[in-house]
Amino acid sequence: MTATVAPETIVRRPAASTRSPRGRALLYWIAKHAIAVALSIMFLGPLVFIVLTAFMSNRQALTSQLWPATWHWNNFADIFEKAPLLTWISNTIMYSVLATAFMLVSSIPVAYALAKFRFRGRKLAFLLVITTMMLPPQVVAVPIYLIWARFHLTGTLWPLIIPMLLGDAFSIFLLRQFLVTIPREYSDAARVDGCGEFRTLIRVILPMARPAIAAVGLFQFFFCWNDYYGPLLYAGTDQSHWTLSLGLAAFKSQHATQWNLTMAATILAMAPVIVVFFFAQKVFIEGVKLTGVK
Amino acid sequence: MATATLGRRGKAAPFRSRERRRANLRALLYLSPWIVGFSVFFAYPLISTVYFSFQRYDMFTLEPVGLLNWKYFLRDDAAWTSIKNTLWLVVVMVPLRVLFGLGVAQLITKLKAGAGVFRTIFYLPSLVPVVAGTLGFVYLLNPGTGPVQAILGAVGIQSPDWFGDPAWSKWGLTLLALWSVGDLMVIFMAALLDVPKQLYEAAALDGASAWQQFTRITLPVIRPVLMFAAVTGVIQTLQYFTQAMVAARVASGATDSAGSVFTPGYPDGSTLTFPEWLFQQGFRDFAMGYACVLALILFVVSMIFTLILLRQFRGFAEEEA
Repeated sequence: MTATVAPETIVRRPAASTRSPRGRALLYWIAKHAIAVALSIMFLGPLVFIVLTAFMSNRQALTSQLWPATWHWNNFADIFEKAPLLTWISNTIMYSVLATAFMLVSSIPVAYALAKFRFRGRKLAFLLVITTMMLPPQVVAVPIYLIWARFHLTGTLWPLIIPMLLGDAFSIFLLRQFLVTIPREYSDAARVDGCGEFRTLIRVILPMARPAIAAVGLFQFFFCWNDYYGPLLYAGTDQSHWTLSLGLAAFKSQHATQWNLTMAATILAMAPVIVVFFFAQKVFIEGVKLTGVK
Repeated sequence: MATATLGRRGKAAPFRSRERRRANLRALLYLSPWIVGFSVFFAYPLISTVYFSFQRYDMFTLEPVGLLNWKYFLRDDAAWTSIKNTLWLVVVMVPLRVLFGLGVAQLITKLKAGAGVFRTIFYLPSLVPVVAGTLGFVYLLNPGTGPVQAILGAVGIQSPDWFGDPAWSKWGLTLLALWSVGDLMVIFMAALLDVPKQLYEAAALDGASAWQQFTRITLPVIRPVLMFAAVTGVIQTLQYFTQAMVAARVASGATDSAGSVFTPGYPDGSTLTFPEWLFQQGFRDFAMGYACVLALILFVVSMIFTLILLRQFRGFAEEEA
């Protein structure tokens, strides 16, 4: 008996458990969005806890409570008294602004030449750009440090700013990847109208490349804003030359267990990046896409 | 001179070769900042690094020591610890990041409601400054007062001492790396949306399940992008520095007295990465000759992966799009 019953149940079972196709689609919809919400909590959770802790009193930050008993707005004023934050912020802004400006001036012509000119060694030049972009900065760090030491510039941020006048491999690469996608007809048309090569670059190519230039500029700015290795190597022990990243990393050990103030300082370092991101989200996303393979 | 001799070969030649020479000169002009930069900040230092690797140098006295630095490397236990740690990160952190990034990207492309909002939320952490993110994670995961322990404790789980236990510290760093997976996610999303729709429609007609469609269509089509992400991930991980440095510093600072000299790797050398050891040798202990030995080893390994990248992904350096 059982032998004859079995096949029947096998046939019937899927028919019984499958509700209407619409019901299954709904379940699928709910499952997907539930996972997305769970992931959102995981991605946002750390940021939320950092903010909550920043508002706690010092004593409460040392307990395992999650919600501030009272909101201590003055924590954000206190951190400016505990550390030379204004100096660090202005150093960071100087480093980021100058490095970004220098990088754009020097890298755009290089990227343009690599993308549009035909000349001997063009392929080799591009391969070398990629290689220098890929290799760790630590590989050539010792001799470069010695160069700056000879000019008595170690102990300042200038060793990180001055080289930007000579092009940045990652930025050259990204700009070049964008510029090759601009059809040749545009520059040809400009040339027919009597534009020189340089005027073609300024008047025709640059306006078209604005999104890529914005992305590369933002990447450079935030690379400098976030940079820790560079300032650690060059800024030295004098705190008046430190950047925000450098100061932030030392903040906790200088103010022993004051997690609330450390988190407040952390928010200070994150805020500009997040604000700019919300205004320029598209620029970021398009820029990241340029870094991949087609 | 050269143009004149070449010119005899044909009537159009003098004009063309002069033109070509002008084009080369013009390219040289545009490239000149980079050429100077490449020579001063890459080519010269690289050669110089080879030279210093055979010297003892502490910024005051320079003394040729032959192969001594190289021999020392073989019995430098800390260097081998740092190699092991860096390898661990390459083998564990890189694949996990690629898998997680792919999963998140796939999920977003399948969402019908709120895909834009979710994309923003998932991408956001990758923008958080590395030092700030690391500080946040050390605080969140610290077992004494961290909120993660508070939540886990409520359901009766004892959280490990993430950044204070040598067995867990690299996992703590891995969590941090997964949190900031946004850049990979964006690249994968672009690749997933590029997969031709007709392929899925045809497969669906043939009765392929969602999983079959993923393994038979999606994966093969986006394979180059995944490989690219893996290889660049390896190259980036070979430079892994800031997160390990800051995490060790902050986690150890909780027990150290203020102002004590910090050696990277806390706890117990478990987060000491190769670039950190190079930094320590070159710029804290001023064993610059020996640091150059470590730099050359890093150079060779990174170069191997860069060559793989250039060979496998010709499209990366393609002429025109």
